Amino acid sequence: MNRINEVFEAFGSALILAWRAFRSLPSAPRILRRVSEQGYLAGYTTLPIVAILLFFIGAVLALQAGNTLRDFGAKQLIGTLVGESIARELGPVMVAILLAGRVGSAVTAELASMRVSGEVDALVTMNIPPERMLVLPRLLAVLLITPVLTIIGNIIGWFGGAVVCAGVSTIGVEPEMYFQALKQYLTVRDIMDGLIKAEVFGFVVMLIACSTGLRTRGGPREIGFAVTKSVVFSLIAILTLDYFITKALD
Amino acid sequence: MASLRRKSPPAPVRDDRSPVRITVSGLSKSYGPQSVLREVSLEVQPGEIFVIMGPSGSGKSVLLRHVAGLEVPTGGTVAINGHDPRLPETRDRFALALVFQSGALFNSLSVYENLALYPLEHRLCPKPEIRERVVRALRILSIENAVHKFPSELSGGMKKRVAIARALVMEPQVMLYDEPTSELDPVMAATIAEIIATLKEQFSVTSVVVSHDRDLAFAIADRIAVLHQGRLLAVQTPAELRENRDPIIREFLRPVINLQEPRFKKLEANHD
Repeated sequence: MNRINEVFEAFGSALILAWRAFRSLPSAPRILRRVSEQGYLAGYTTLPIVAILLFFIGAVLALQAGNTLRDFGAKQLIGTLVGESIARELGPVMVAILLAGRVGSAVTAELASMRVSGEVDALVTMNIPPERMLVLPRLLAVLLITPVLTIIGNIIGWFGGAVVCAGVSTIGVEPEMYFQALKQYLTVRDIMDGLIKAEVFGFVVMLIACSTGLRTRGGPREIGFAVTKSVVFSLIAILTLDYFITKALD
Repeated sequence: MASLRRKSPPAPVRDDRSPVRITVSGLSKSYGPQSVLREVSLEVQPGEIFVIMGPSGSGKSVLLRHVAGLEVPTGGTVAINGHDPRLPETRDRFALALVFQSGALFNSLSVYENLALYPLEHRLCPKPEIRERVVRALRILSIENAVHKFPSELSGGMKKRVAIARALVMEPQVMLYDEPTSELDPVMAATIAEIIATLKEQFSVTSVVVSHDRDLAFAIADRIAVLHQGRLLAVQTPAELRENRDPIIREFLRPVINLQEPRFKKLEANHD
């Protein structure tokens, strides 16, 4: 019962935190520097990992699908399969998982440490809302960088598929054919659906990270627990929301 | 951009800097089954230096956090000139500054940025004036050389001085200090005592000081409160407190140290 209460409490406080953060949106021009700092931390430093991961996901997808489709005489459709899968599903989900593991965990650790060391209390006594100074810049940054990361990740993933199709002799699909199939069936709607997912996932990951960090009490041990909790909750949220958003966008 | 700026929160409306009264009525605080404060009532007079003393774990810092509006009481109330200190409007109105025991400096900001944060965020004055305020506070605490350093590069004592400087930059009407002289050498501790006294004399700042430091307490306090196990034992002037016959207060103020027959040895013997 306690666990259930805890989950509801966490959910409620995350919603309140989001509401309070966005209530201070009129002060956005004053926090532009913080938004760009957070954007750099979350985006630029995550990009290389997104690139490597999506390249190999595209490659593996092409390899797995390539051999099967070849047996059915449909290898010209590999481009479509890889393109659609990455744009609609794997791109946004993988970017969100990387954000949770790399950025969300760091944000939780930082905010939890600020909470434990009294920095958040210091902000409160100075009448500077922590939601404005600590949460809003991170939420705005993630909303800005997630679609960019996803688009770049998608393109690299498609190239990963193309490299495998051209390089593996058992598949033997030329890049022209691969990209033609990709262009023929992939629509703007598919890409937009993926970006909507990515945006929601990114926002939820950052909200969970901030909320978990700011609710931490205790010492270094609790900071570690908070980071684990934040990543686990984020992964559950990403995969659960993925189902519902896919259903809603269908 | 210009229109967005106009929508930003306005600079805080400060009270007319008249001295501020702090009223604590029947304050109780429990964390689960553990009762930390029990029915504490006291009143800090406007412009007074009020020191809270007591052994470790007596609830001094928790009481101070209630006055700062950082805790929700289990029972009772805290009021600053009749206003709830947890409300942002109250903090805006009375500029309430708390010097944390750990300093609680923002680790990602330099010393200058730590000090300039409050006036910048609240748009209290133009940037050159903020710079002047910061430099003045740094000079008072003799830490001008630390202006570009980050908190991780400072010693414990330096952090404490920066925290006090940060509070001074706020030009507060209420100053709350949690162990302001811990980790400081005697010279700097005396400087802090002077700063607290000067703020009272020149600006009528109401100060609440939580401290173990008996010398500091008796040197600066108008009145001293003694807490023991969450209860208020006495609120008296330093002269009255020296004459107090309560055995707990006497034991706290004049601990008997007998190295020939130490108390912990007696305790060990009792346990055996």
